[in-house]
Amino acid sequence: MKLSEIIKELALTIQSAAGRLDREVTGGYASDLLSDVMAHSKEGDIWVTIQGHPNVVAIATLRDLAGIILANGRQPDAETVQRAEEEGVPILCTLLPTFDVVGRLHRLGIHGKD
Amino acid sequence: MEKKELMWDYEIEGKDFRNAGRVSSKVKDILKELGFDPDFVRRVAIASYEAEMNVVCHADKGTLHFAILPQALQIVVKDRGPGIPDIELAMQEGYSTAPPEIREMGFGAGMGLSNMKKNADELHIVSTVGQGTVVEMVMRSPRSRQGSA
Ligand SMILES: Nc1ncnc2c1ncn2[C@@H]1O[C@H](COP(=O)(O)OP(=O)(O)OP(=O)(O)O)[C@@H](O)[C@H]1O
Ligand SMILES: [Mg+2]
Repeated sequence: MKLSEIIKELALTIQSAAGRLDREVTGGYASDLLSDVMAHSKEGDIWVTIQGHPNVVAIATLRDLAGIILANGRQPDAETVQRAEEEGVPILCTLLPTFDVVGRLHRLGIHGKD
Repeated sequence: MEKKELMWDYEIEGKDFRNAGRVSSKVKDILKELGFDPDFVRRVAIASYEAEMNVVCHADKGTLHFAILPQALQIVVKDRGPGIPDIELAMQEGYSTAPPEIREMGFGAGMGLSNMKKNADELHIVSTVGQGTVVEMVMRSPRSRQGSA
């Protein structure tokens, strides 16, 4: 499923890289521990987290993630948005908590390891 | 025969979370550009990122040296900082001395050194308490692995 379709289905607000929403999302990972995401996320994943500081962009870039969903009403720092624009990493926001974001992604057919 | 030196050096600032990860992004871009196997690039990116972040999180400042050798790729991250008193303990997954303000950002899972160990073919750590730490990683690319078999 394309990132743009997920944005529509979950009514996410787009914070950065609006030109990069055409990408296919092939899986997902949810965690707020950065080394855990580094170790276990996969290329093409959508990453659900509540961390909004600039280092999340570094992780998304290094792991070739499709995008980042900031859950629970979290907003990215201004520097995070700037860096995400530079690196072309879509950051998407929602008021839904992580649990509900992941639940909805699963219903749309976006899975983790399996 | 002409010998081409393929090595790069970067500075890493302690506590500079704004730029943290940029050095590893450069390493990744260079390898991608040179056409290395994507899975190899992924392993190098993870190992390099964790070494870079340990300087940012735990040390004052440091350097990352990265060289493409005939048989392998070498990354050496040197820092000036507190050093690691017990390396074996630090290597244990889950062990972390990260302070609360760093943990709040999602660092401090105590997984960085294990991520390096899992992704590098060789990991050597030399540390002097009160002075600093040197982390050396050697990664063999799929091609040179076959070649050396
Ligand atoms: N360059 C360093 N200088 C001083 N201490 C270090 C350094 N690298 C690692 N350590 C020590 O080793 C511990 C474990 O490191 P490791 O990278 O595995 O976990 P972490 O950095 O605490 O958390 P994470 O990497 O999961 O965010 C650190 O908490 C710290 O005490
Ligand atoms: Mg670490």
